[in-house]
Amino acid sequence: MTDISMTSAQSQSQTGKIVLRWLLYIALGLFALFYLMPLFVMITTSLKSLDEIRTGDLIALPREVTFDAWRTAWSGACTGIQCEGVRPYFWNSILIAIPAVAISTLLGAMNGYVVAHWRFRGANIIFSLMLFGCFIPFQVVLLPMARTLGIMGIAGTIPGLIFVHVIYGLGFTTLFFRNYYVTIPSELTKAAKVDGAGFFRIFWSIFLPLSLPIIVVTVIWQFTQIWNDFLFGVSFSQAGTQPVTVALNNIVNSTTGVKEYNVDMAAAIIAALPTLFVYVVAGKYFIRGLTAGSVKG
Amino acid sequence: MTKWLEENTPKLVLAPSFIAVLIFVYGFIAWTAWVSFTRSRLLPRYDIEGLIQYERLFASPRWDTALNNLFVFGILFILIAMVLGLILAILLDQNIRTEGAIRTIYLYPMALSMIVTGTAWKWILNPGLGIEAMVRGWGFESFTFDWLVNPNMAIYTVVIAAIWQSSGFVMALFLAGLRSVDGEIIKAAQVDGIPTWRIYTAIIIPSMAPIFLSAFIVLSHLAIKSFDLVIALTGGGPGYATDLPATYMYAMAFSRGDIGQAASSAMIMMMVVFAIVVPYLYSELRSKDD
Amino acid sequence: MKSVFFGAVSAAALIASAVHAEPQAEVLHWWTSGGEAKSVAVLQEEFASKGGTWTDMPVAGGGGDAAMTALRARVLSGNAPTAVQLKGPAIQEWYEEGVLADISSVAEAQGWADVLPASIAGHMKCEGTWCAAPVNVHRVDWIWANADVLEANGIEMPTTWDEFNAAAEKLAAAGVIPLAHGGQAWQDATVFEAVALGILGPDGFRKAFVDLDMDTLKSDEMKAVFDQMRTMRGYVDENFSGRDWNLATAMVMNGEAAFQIMGDWAKGEFMAAGKVPGEDFLCASVPGDGFLYNVDSFAMFTVDGDDKKAGQDLLAELIVGQNFQKVFNLNKGSIPARIDVPLDEFDSCAHLSAKDMSESSDNGSLLPSYAHGMALRGAQSGAITDVVTAHFNSDMSSDEAVNMLADAVANSM
Repeated sequence: MTDISMTSAQSQSQTGKIVLRWLLYIALGLFALFYLMPLFVMITTSLKSLDEIRTGDLIALPREVTFDAWRTAWSGACTGIQCEGVRPYFWNSILIAIPAVAISTLLGAMNGYVVAHWRFRGANIIFSLMLFGCFIPFQVVLLPMARTLGIMGIAGTIPGLIFVHVIYGLGFTTLFFRNYYVTIPSELTKAAKVDGAGFFRIFWSIFLPLSLPIIVVTVIWQFTQIWNDFLFGVSFSQAGTQPVTVALNNIVNSTTGVKEYNVDMAAAIIAALPTLFVYVVAGKYFIRGLTAGSVKG
Repeated sequence: MTKWLEENTPKLVLAPSFIAVLIFVYGFIAWTAWVSFTRSRLLPRYDIEGLIQYERLFASPRWDTALNNLFVFGILFILIAMVLGLILAILLDQNIRTEGAIRTIYLYPMALSMIVTGTAWKWILNPGLGIEAMVRGWGFESFTFDWLVNPNMAIYTVVIAAIWQSSGFVMALFLAGLRSVDGEIIKAAQVDGIPTWRIYTAIIIPSMAPIFLSAFIVLSHLAIKSFDLVIALTGGGPGYATDLPATYMYAMAFSRGDIGQAASSAMIMMMVVFAIVVPYLYSELRSKDD
Repeated sequence: MKSVFFGAVSAAALIASAVHAEPQAEVLHWWTSGGEAKSVAVLQEEFASKGGTWTDMPVAGGGGDAAMTALRARVLSGNAPTAVQLKGPAIQEWYEEGVLADISSVAEAQGWADVLPASIAGHMKCEGTWCAAPVNVHRVDWIWANADVLEANGIEMPTTWDEFNAAAEKLAAAGVIPLAHGGQAWQDATVFEAVALGILGPDGFRKAFVDLDMDTLKSDEMKAVFDQMRTMRGYVDENFSGRDWNLATAMVMNGEAAFQIMGDWAKGEFMAAGKVPGEDFLCASVPGDGFLYNVDSFAMFTVDGDDKKAGQDLLAELIVGQNFQKVFNLNKGSIPARIDVPLDEFDSCAHLSAKDMSESSDNGSLLPSYAHGMALRGAQSGAITDVVTAHFNSDMSSDEAVNMLADAVANSM
């Protein structure tokens, strides 16, 4: 897309181009401020002492900066009898999120590939049914799913949680890949078939290399959904398999205890770090996907 | 045998996912439908009692509010987030030097759990603590921004926070879409001297129709399931002015031990979704079939 | 006869299992904040010192809503936790689903009937057998005040609602927010039931919120309760919607506001900020007679395995034990459920609470809190709260509110 602004700019006067450029950056900056506002509140609060929060203005800058809350959130806040912060729960979340994201993304890519380029009778109906499945409210699923997991013998275990996340992620991953793959010309598949390439061969050597941008989008979506999931995490875990959101909830949501907002905010940011990491790293591949894609000129 | 296998590979690949969805989505919907005709309280029971739960549901003023809010919230949220996401994607696609950083800033709200960002938003939107107090502090004494505490306006604060949270992801979707558009066509159009905005409205945006489908599905899914957001930001208040069907259902099923009632509200929700999504899916998918 | 026989068998099983089964317990609870967690840890230490292994399963949120969600999923998957924090009529509701274990053998051996107030003991029994162990007694109908603000404005702690209104007018005129309040449904309900107790009196309260007597729900006294709520709405600042209860407490501490009506967990906030009861802040029961209690308790679920059953019995014994009752409640701001615990180390507010509890237990005005799920099952108490919060946050008339209340209660059945 870069070529657009470049070439069309040639027809504009130089000053007009500069003014437009400035407007563009100002607009982007204003939006950035809107998005950063709550983060500002969270970070400043996490750097205050509890006394200052109690007595001062909630959204002012801290008078005295302290990192105690961060230390507490990571390794000292009580999430129950153990007061070890969110640290011990991180591992559970990682064990759940990584396999679940990988499996659901792979299945979604295959499904999307079938629905977009290997259409058979009824494929569209199957796709619609899977899509509509995205809308089932998770609260509805909890009780029958609990029963099912019990029967399968994986209630309260990490494989059980992975299973649940894969099942309810399938609709979306399939949707993303299907909608990306339909923009790839079907002539490509036809030509490959003429050359004698089979189903998996075409997927592997033609579609996958083109898929980077959408893999990034799907991974971002799935990782965010699974990492931030609380409802499944709290319902289908037991002592020892609880994910980090349950720990965060336990720190933040005690009803009749003393509220430590600074620790809450620090814990929330810490719990979000892996997702943020994924965004920063994966974000690069949007551009990488641009240059790697052979469809794009 | 190998020939059969070759012909049916696509079906075999799709089959496990399809069976899983059949059981774990449609089977469970059927289960919910069944329970909605019972008098289940704390745990599900299976003796059919007729339409009593639906009668109770429609006699409840709180459910009226919740359903109304779903429409107000859903329409505003989906529209604004989609438009904003598209605008941001187009702006970001202008060869911006700091693209990586800005993109991350727009995306990060999705990373944070609403359990806590809700608290931050609550403070920002609270007239006594947040924006209103700040602007008044600058000397604009008559400035008022009290939506959060106004029962008629509170639902719009939920819209603001929801857009803040998800528009970045929609931007990412559109950005991926923009970058898969065929560059040759665009170059040809530029050579013909077509202005940039026309290239966008006539060529690029129409070619991204499937991405709009993704964005629509993602956003309507978020709208219908919005739960954490409401709980953390308003707790359904003031009163129950910002209750949504999802929060209503959760309250019935888990805080009030009224599972039959929760099931009936879930069924109505599913019907609303069905009425909105199915025509859209139909028109989207049919055109691809031709 | 049958229960005696069963009791004997399980007691025998206990003795037998004590020999080779180490007590095990997975405990689902929602006490996760610093002070609370440390209090539960006391129980865990005692449990461990008797050879038990404690597996912690904490789930906070929504006053136990999230924990109850997890509990349902666990029970349905056939994997129930050993012991669960449960309270009020929910205990009997779960018992009716046939999933609670009988702990009568422990209760009888320890003589719980003699040390628990009768109305609290009633909550721990299911069809005559003991099925739960009480931990503490929170009093809900407290009114907290900033001592300096009251003194500066020449105001005494109010003993009637008229006095309260007069004091509030005076404070408002002096530029102080009379009532610190957070506009969340459960906080609205907490204030409402405090007002209702004062205006309806203990008997009226029982009829309305325990028996769900339609005549009382529609009575003129109930209209008067809503009238008072409307008056109090005027004493709350504009920005109260959605405020957490502890921020309201902070307003009282800072002198921004004068009064707060809240259960005795608010005391924990005052204490954590280093305030002294009787000097910096005052505690009193809300105007009117009676005592509204919110009792936390643990119920034992039916589980397999002698080690788990041994764990349940040991846990039940320790929960009602004197030591845990003292240490836990010192931390939590509440008072012990058993009446024979020495209160020397407790503060003046706790002494007042204990004195009022024993008096009201004697004269029959010891009442369960409806707002905190002690008096009614979830569907009914939720229906009442819907009306209370809708009235408080709109300009609905008291007549309308009373009619809506009756309809909502009828519809929730």
